[in-house]
Amino acid sequence: MDAEMKDVILEYVREEYLDEDSGIEVDENTPLITGGLVDSFSLVSLLMFLRQKYNANIPDQEATPEAFDTVTNIMKLVEKYHQDK
Amino acid sequence: MSNIGSYGERYRDFDWSRAEEELSWDDGGMINIGYLCSDRNCELGLADKTALIWESFSGQEKRYSFNDIRIYSNNFAKFFRDLGIEPGERICIFLDKIPALYIGLLGVLKMGAIAQPLFSAFGEDALFTRLEDAGTEAILTSRKHIGKVRRIRDKLKALEHVVVVDGEGMELSDGEVAFDFEKAEAVERFDVYQVSPETPSLLHYTSGTTGKPKGALHVHHSILGQYMTTKWVLDLLAEDLYWCTADPGWVTGTSYGIIGPWSLGITQLVLEMGFIPARWYQAIEKYKVTVFYTAPTAIRMLMKEGEELVKKYDLSSLRHTASVGEPLNAEAVIWSEEVMGIPFHDNYWQTETGCIVIANYPGMKIRPGSMGKPFPGITATVVDPTEYKPIEKVGSVGLMALKPGWPSMFRTYWNNQETYDSKFKNGWYICGDRASIDEDGYFWFVGRDDDVINTAGHLVGPFEIESALLEHPAVAESAAIGKPDPVNMEVVKAFIALKPGHEPSDELKLSIINFVRKKLSPLAMPQEIEFRESLPKTRSGKIMRRLLKAQETGEEIGDISTLEDD
Repeated sequence: MDAEMKDVILEYVREEYLDEDSGIEVDENTPLITGGLVDSFSLVSLLMFLRQKYNANIPDQEATPEAFDTVTNIMKLVEKYHQDK
Repeated sequence: MSNIGSYGERYRDFDWSRAEEELSWDDGGMINIGYLCSDRNCELGLADKTALIWESFSGQEKRYSFNDIRIYSNNFAKFFRDLGIEPGERICIFLDKIPALYIGLLGVLKMGAIAQPLFSAFGEDALFTRLEDAGTEAILTSRKHIGKVRRIRDKLKALEHVVVVDGEGMELSDGEVAFDFEKAEAVERFDVYQVSPETPSLLHYTSGTTGKPKGALHVHHSILGQYMTTKWVLDLLAEDLYWCTADPGWVTGTSYGIIGPWSLGITQLVLEMGFIPARWYQAIEKYKVTVFYTAPTAIRMLMKEGEELVKKYDLSSLRHTASVGEPLNAEAVIWSEEVMGIPFHDNYWQTETGCIVIANYPGMKIRPGSMGKPFPGITATVVDPTEYKPIEKVGSVGLMALKPGWPSMFRTYWNNQETYDSKFKNGWYICGDRASIDEDGYFWFVGRDDDVINTAGHLVGPFEIESALLEHPAVAESAAIGKPDPVNMEVVKAFIALKPGHEPSDELKLSIINFVRKKLSPLAMPQEIEFRESLPKTRSGKIMRRLLKAQETGEEIGDISTLEDD
């Protein structure tokens, strides 16, 4: 599940937040927020995506820029709050 | 003792000629802002003083002296002039908070062009609207953002040059050129363009309730306001390490993140990174920041992180803190005094005013929750909404109004003189905000007088959001309002009626949200969407945002006699 989840989230990040022409490449450990690729306002759409895709209701107080800074961190949160549908 | 000393005395005896004298204008000195923020500091013996400490996303640190700023801004100025750009033409600066932004802006001004800074998170539609309106001839950008420029370039007839600051080695198209200001041959002497006080300098776009964003045009004379307010409101001293967290894509970032501090020869810190509480505290500790200017949203987010985090860092270097962008709630002032040891001083101004016009001053007792008192040289009041006469009764809410004539006031809206003229009533500039004045002359912000949304200190126009929403294939009708939010003051909420064949769903919400974010910006992206069968309209078919907002906030709905019958 981890490898698949990593690919899905990375694909979403590339598709939604990165510009093809920028030439920027990301992996699961790339700093997204402290690296300036995803801004804190956009966390709302990322949270919504995770809720829809993984039924993960991550509480607002845990949706901090630090907790969302890498795909690895995001996966930890998803696994913690994932609920079986 | 603060720079301003006695506010009362300064207010009584102030004349803007004081700023002219301090900037040597009265001796026939050069008045180009680009020169005043770079060359002049070197002439005053500050050539080797650090002007800019910049820390990248990855923590890499770079320092630039005032002499570096002088030479590198010359490099930019010569480069633009050699490209064939003429004085008065618009050069957009579309960059993250990197040194090229700060230094490039001075270069634009030095060669006489008009700098048009735009927030680098703007999507292609937001960028297109503003470049098209300004008839922008050149844009300074980076690899990260060039895709957005490329996708709209064909539609922009005036745009001749795309300058990529990190474009070396990348495949460039026609009209694109790479320019690395640090690798270019040093231009020791540049013949700075001689401007008059009324020569245009900056074009900052701001949002309105209706229509497209408006370009507020400023002139070189504006530096008098920025210089004087930086000195007296932000209280900067020669030995200060100053940090303004604003992005120069917005007016605070240029007036107080470039022009104000550098016209005073002050060392400033810039972090490329956005808001991360621990990293901000770390930066204050590491660089020993003495004066800190930020926004209420950031302060409330720091509060949310709690006291424990603050206690991990040594913030004792701070001697003065200030805030702007939206009203600073009293709790935040009290919190900062208790936890950080000094209170945030709130102040008020807007893109059109060019500089701070109302403020809580160092050395003056703060009234938590109040914007403070008018800056010396500024006549402010509140007026009634019908005859626009000053309201005499203490504490009555009226329209915030300023007597025109201060140096940094905008001179027009680009291509939109009619809207500019409509801002002046009965001899007052009407700010578009509602406020009251207490018995001691302190001003209190009440709210906007229009539908413009103030989210995290940035004004977002509902019309622009609604237009973007209507471009989504599923959206038939749209309305955008500001929904009260405890941290951001307001967030964008969208009401949507769908086209036949589309059903409300969470997937569709996400699709719409991302659609707006990419077209406009993360700030304009609805944080919440509500689907409705149809939206309330007037009999003439205009969607009644006011009604939706009242329903959302539980406020009185007011006159709905024009509401269309269902």
